[in-house]
Order: sequence, then C-alpha cells, then structure tokens
Amino acid sequence: MSARTAATGQRRPRKENQTRLAFWLLLPAAVVVFGIIVYPVIRTLIVSFFEVQSALAVETPFVGLDNYVQAFMSSRFWGAIGRTLYFTIVSTVLELALGLAMAGLLNARLRARWLFRAIVVIPWAVPTIVNAAMWKGIFNAQYGSLNALLTQLGIIPEYYAWLGDPFVALNMVILADAWKTTPLVAFFLLAGLTSIPPELYESARLDRASWPRIFRSIVLPLLVPSISIVVVLRTVEAFKVFDIIYTMTRGGPANGTQTIAYYAYVTAFSNQNFGFGSALSYIIVLVILLLSATYLRILRRSEMSLL
Amino acid sequence: MKAAKRNSILVHMAAAIVSLVILLPFAWMIEASIAPQRDLISRPLRWIPSGFDLTRYAEIFGGGGGGVGQTFRAALVNSTIVAVAVVLISMAVGILGGYAFARLRFPFRRATLMVFLATYMLPQIALLIPLYFILSSLSLLDTKIGLILVDSSLVIPFTLWILSNYFLTIPVELEDAARIDGTSRVGALFRIILPSAKPGIFAAMMFSFLLAWDEFMYALIFTSSDAAKTLPVAISEFAGRYTTDFGLVAAGGLITALPPIIVAIIFQRYVVSGMGAGAVKG
Repeated sequence: MSARTAATGQRRPRKENQTRLAFWLLLPAAVVVFGIIVYPVIRTLIVSFFEVQSALAVETPFVGLDNYVQAFMSSRFWGAIGRTLYFTIVSTVLELALGLAMAGLLNARLRARWLFRAIVVIPWAVPTIVNAAMWKGIFNAQYGSLNALLTQLGIIPEYYAWLGDPFVALNMVILADAWKTTPLVAFFLLAGLTSIPPELYESARLDRASWPRIFRSIVLPLLVPSISIVVVLRTVEAFKVFDIIYTMTRGGPANGTQTIAYYAYVTAFSNQNFGFGSALSYIIVLVILLLSATYLRILRRSEMSLL
Repeated sequence: MKAAKRNSILVHMAAAIVSLVILLPFAWMIEASIAPQRDLISRPLRWIPSGFDLTRYAEIFGGGGGGVGQTFRAALVNSTIVAVAVVLISMAVGILGGYAFARLRFPFRRATLMVFLATYMLPQIALLIPLYFILSSLSLLDTKIGLILVDSSLVIPFTLWILSNYFLTIPVELEDAARIDGTSRVGALFRIILPSAKPGIFAAMMFSFLLAWDEFMYALIFTSSDAAKTLPVAISEFAGRYTTDFGLVAAGGLITALPPIIVAIIFQRYVVSGMGAGAVKG
C-alpha cells in the first residue's frame, strides 16, 4: 500500500499537502467524538477522587483513592465483579460455540440459503431492549410461555419462577443475550470462513480427510484471527452489560444479576453517590483498557488492513 | 454420492432447527400481541389464540392523551428523527474521515485511527455523570438534538472503521486516472470512490441505523418526557410497569423491532461484506 502510493505519488497532478487535507477531513469526526467524550472522561476520573454524595453537595472533600479502596473492600463490589465475570465468560463461550456452528450452516450449501440468512439476521436486528422485554415475558413465573411449554411437555411438574432465583436468573439473562448475539458472532465468523479458499477443502476431501479433521486442521487455524477478534469484542461488550439487565431484572433478585456496570449506575444515579459511582466506572474502564490492549495486539498480529 | 446426500440432509435439518429456535420466541411475541388477554393468562396456555384482539394496536396507534399510546407514538417519532439524524451525521463525517485514513499519508495516522476505535472500549457509564451536567448547562437535556449529538459520538467510530476499510479495497488507479485529468481529491472521493463503494456505504448505513435505534443508556438518563424519549426507553418502561399485560409490551416491542429487521433483511448481503472488509482481510 505505502509502496504503491509512493510510486503513484510521482505522477500526482499537483503538489499537495496531505497532512493538511487529512486534518480538515478528520476534523468533523474528531469534533463530534472527542468534543463529547474528552471532558467527561477526565471529569469522571477527577470526581472519583472526591467524596460527592449528592448533586447539590456543598462539601466535596478530596479523598484520594478512598473510593477505590472502599470498592475493593466491599463484598458487594466483588459480588458484582464475580457476576460480571461469570456473565462475560459464559456468554462469550456460549455465543462463540453456537456462532461457529451457525457460521458453518450459513456457509453450507443450502436450498434456500437466502431465507436461512434472512432468518438468522432477525435476532441481531431486534433491539436489545425489545429482546429483553420479550424474554422477560417468556420467562414470566405465572404466564410465561416457557413454563407453559415445559409443563405441557411434562419436562417440569409446575410453573417455575425463572427470574426468581439469583443464580438461575443470571443464567436466563445469559440465554436471552445469546439468542440475540449469536447471529452477529456467526456473521462475523462467516466473513472469516468465506475467505478460506474452497480449493483447500477440495484437496482435503480428495485426501479423504474426515470433516472433524478438516475442521480441526484447516478451518480452525484459519479462523483464529476472526475468533480472537470476536472473543475480545464480545468480552468488552459483555463486561459493559447494562441494558438487558436493566430491562429484564433491574439487577435482582437479591442483586443476583447486578453486574458491575449496573452497580455503578445504581450507585451514581439512584443513590447519587457520584464519587463512589465514578470510581466504580473507572474500574470498569481500567479492566476494559487491559482487555483492549490485548485486542489491539491481536488485531495487529492478524495483519489488519489498516492497523 | 450417498454420504454427500446424507450430509446434505443433516445440514438442512440443522438449519431448520436453528431457524425454529430463532423464530419461535419471536413468533410467540407476535402471537401475544394479537391474542386475547384471557388466552395469555390461561393455564394450560392456549397456544392457538381463540380470536384476534387488536386492542393493543388500537391503543398504541389511537389511544388518547396521557396514555400508553401517546407515549409510544411520541417515542416512535423521536426514535425515527434521532436515528435518521445520527445516520446522516455519522455517514457524512465517516466518509470524509474514512477517506483520509484510507488514502492519505499523514503523521500519527495509525494512532489517530486507534484513538477513534478505542472510544468503543469506553463504557457509557463512565461518561454519564459529566455529560448529564454538560447537557443540562446547555439546555440540551430531554431534547432530540442533545441525544443526536451523544449518539453520534458512539456511532462515528464504527462508520469510520467500516468505510476506511472499504475504501482501501478500491483500486488507487481508478482515482489516479481521474486526478490526472485534474479532478481534486474531494472531487475524486465523490465521483470515483463513493459510486464504487456502495456495499461499504450500505453496510455502514445499516450498522449506524441499528446502533442508533438500539441505543438505550444515554436515552434513559438524558431524556425524561415525550419530547425526546426514544422507543427503547418506552419499551423498557412498559415492560417494568405492565408485567401482567405481556400483550401490550409485545405489540410495542414488535413495532419497535420492525424497522431494524426490515433494514437488516434488505441489506443482509452487505452484513458480511461490511464485516469482512471491516474485520479480517485475507
């Protein structure tokens, strides 16, 4: 790319200042994006070192790292971290495994492939909140269709409150999340699958290799870059999970689905404890920064077009 | 070949099962939106509704002042305006910036792109409190303009990424030929690059529409009335308030889901090309 530009550069019609042009072309994007986020990012960091107990607080003493220490010493914080990790790991593994299978189906020779692809795209397009509201109805303890289905099939004896037990509820939220997100993962992996030259399969078939073997020695290694990106993108996204929790369970029952983002939200907005809430948000930022450092390294290693 | 035939049958069966798992919950939501309330709360549940009950749709589209219908209709208008504006802003800004990343050499190019992409890693919760006070001091709380601005800051990094990657796949020679004829860079962008980047543009438009339509946290905190409240906030409220009236939530949810579903199915073939260009090359 750069070599080619250098070569064509000699027959450029006019001498041009690419840096200045790039500045003007990127300015609008930078103004909107950074104009909106830079000050809040810094401000939240500063507030996290102060004790701010309400929006109208007159006295807001500087407390250094106290808010962070307070977080690290509280069991509620570690509970939220534990649930967030559980949500992140289980949903990522589940969505990746199902997504791989689904990507294989999307890539397979199907009669009505366009129809199958159109169906698979639906959950991804369903807004997160609609998805959450839908599953909240399906899991309903008194009228939910899941209860109706399972009792009528004789699988469970009586109606069960799926969102009534803290740990069960967390897993049900993960299922609801997987229904919506797996197709996105599948399409992402499909993009990687289609870049595998068909000749590779054909020669493997000629060598009478079995499908599991082809999957293990050809498909999987070539999919590693896409898989890594999916894993890190999904991990980051799952670590920030809020919307689906807010709508399905409000963090309940008994804080059983209270993830770290939801805990930060409740602290800052319901309890108006801005200092502590800011510290909690910054802990999320720090964890995600760590994850994204990994992310960028993987992207570079997989020879991204731009990075 | 016998084995091939058996394989093909298995693959079709698997595809059918996946389709069922996807369609059944959604079909249930459709049914719940039109089944009479007594069917929905009956035990054992009546799977085949005893009749059509369109009262929720009547309420949503015709319900009078102060009710669910009015809130929903206002949210529908707000969501549409916000999403369309966010798409327009992030496409305009993304096309210009994406071209710069794809075609121009300048110092800190990589670093600049990375900083844009890194904003995706920031959780919205970390910006929420200061943003609230900024919007408040600018009198932009509970306004569509305020929401359009903050939502655009979420969506622009995505359009930049998809578009710059797609622009890279367009041969430089096409542009060079035009530029020898005296066309300016910006002229070449609009006359040469854009017409040949349609798949990337459609993909970016689709992604930005879905992201904007889906956005919840900013809308939840920064809007409070029918003036700017969007559909996700309205639906979340319904789901919290009408726990026993799933039919109403289902009807509202269905209408909310329809625009993105239609967009995604129409532009479905660009999902892969957009992600393919945006993700892994070669």
